[in-house]
Amino acid sequence: MKNHVWKPLYIVLAIVGSILIIRTVLVPNDFGMHERGYMYGWHRKSNEADWKKVPVKYKTAKVCRECHKDKYDDIKDSPHGSISCENCHGPNYNHPQDPVGLKIDTSRALCLRCHSLLPYKNSARAKIPGINPDKHYTQAECVMCHYPHDPTRSNPKHRRPEVKS
Amino acid sequence: MDIHKCVGCGLCVKACKIENDVDWDANVTRTWVERYVVTKGSRDKDGNIKPGETLIDSPKGARDGFTSQKIDQAHMGLKEVNPDEIAKAFFVPKLCNHCENPPCVQVCPVGATYQTEDGVVLVDRTWCIGCGYCVMGCPYGVRYFHPTLHVAEKCTLCYHRLSQGMKTACVDACPFGARRVGNIRDPEDPVTKIITSEQVNVLKEEFGTKPQVFYLGSSMEVK
Repeated sequence: MKNHVWKPLYIVLAIVGSILIIRTVLVPNDFGMHERGYMYGWHRKSNEADWKKVPVKYKTAKVCRECHKDKYDDIKDSPHGSISCENCHGPNYNHPQDPVGLKIDTSRALCLRCHSLLPYKNSARAKIPGINPDKHYTQAECVMCHYPHDPTRSNPKHRRPEVKS
Repeated sequence: MDIHKCVGCGLCVKACKIENDVDWDANVTRTWVERYVVTKGSRDKDGNIKPGETLIDSPKGARDGFTSQKIDQAHMGLKEVNPDEIAKAFFVPKLCNHCENPPCVQVCPVGATYQTEDGVVLVDRTWCIGCGYCVMGCPYGVRYFHPTLHVAEKCTLCYHRLSQGMKTACVDACPFGARRVGNIRDPEDPVTKIITSEQVNVLKEEFGTKPQVFYLGSSMEVK
């Protein structure tokens, strides 16, 4: 056959060949069809390990209890006993190495997440004591009067400050 | 998800954002809580029935909880509803449904998003080309673009925690037991027992995605 027939064919073959070579270089070896089949399982397998490597920051109250048993006993039977320590004390990260101490969130905003009054009678929110944040001791932090580990007690660390409602 | 138990404190959203390095201030979140306020119907002076309306909001994904009675209605502004007119109100926590038939995975042209053997839907950040098909394909709107990496992002069901036998950060942060996570393939798992023995619902069942997030106490208003 004549050259003008073969020539474009060679060019096409060369392009296809180079794409296949580039593909083997760029596509990782573990890329392919995995457990969930062609439709859902087509991926780079080692990415699963990448996601498993994400550091755990919230270590849960179980870890806090190992060293701070006294604080655990302080809160466990109170209405706040179901709140994980890290919700107020911040995530553990690698405490006590890094950070050495945790910063406690004593802001009004944290308490108001549950204790800002919303008039939803059918909702579980109605069972939580609520206040109007614009009227209830607006200039004070809640912990100045209320003891966060047991809200049924007043805070022993603080004298009831002279704030006006 | 137990809608009866959720009080809209948003501690789950806060924990998720910190645990998974989700940008705190950008308007993106892997999980969020929606507030539904349904008002009572009324009759006008001609005796015609005016049905009640459903107001839904989720300011900043409820990152800071729901502390105001005003309901964020976007361009309509903040709406304050008279407490006497509220028929019912509830909070619906949402996250990726980790569907058994994930449409977001089907539409990915490069194989960057996939389902693991244990059913978790993940995104390979190094392989995602940022085309956004999956963001459009998800009927639940759980996907978004990472504000700085410009790749598709979504809930990983805290894969790093689950693979160590821990629970997800949102479940551990919830003080009310509204969120629970379990292994649905284990019939003895306490969560599986709830799903198989109680009245549970899923979101947008009609899409055939077989979502794996089950809701107790759901209502017809929930979208």
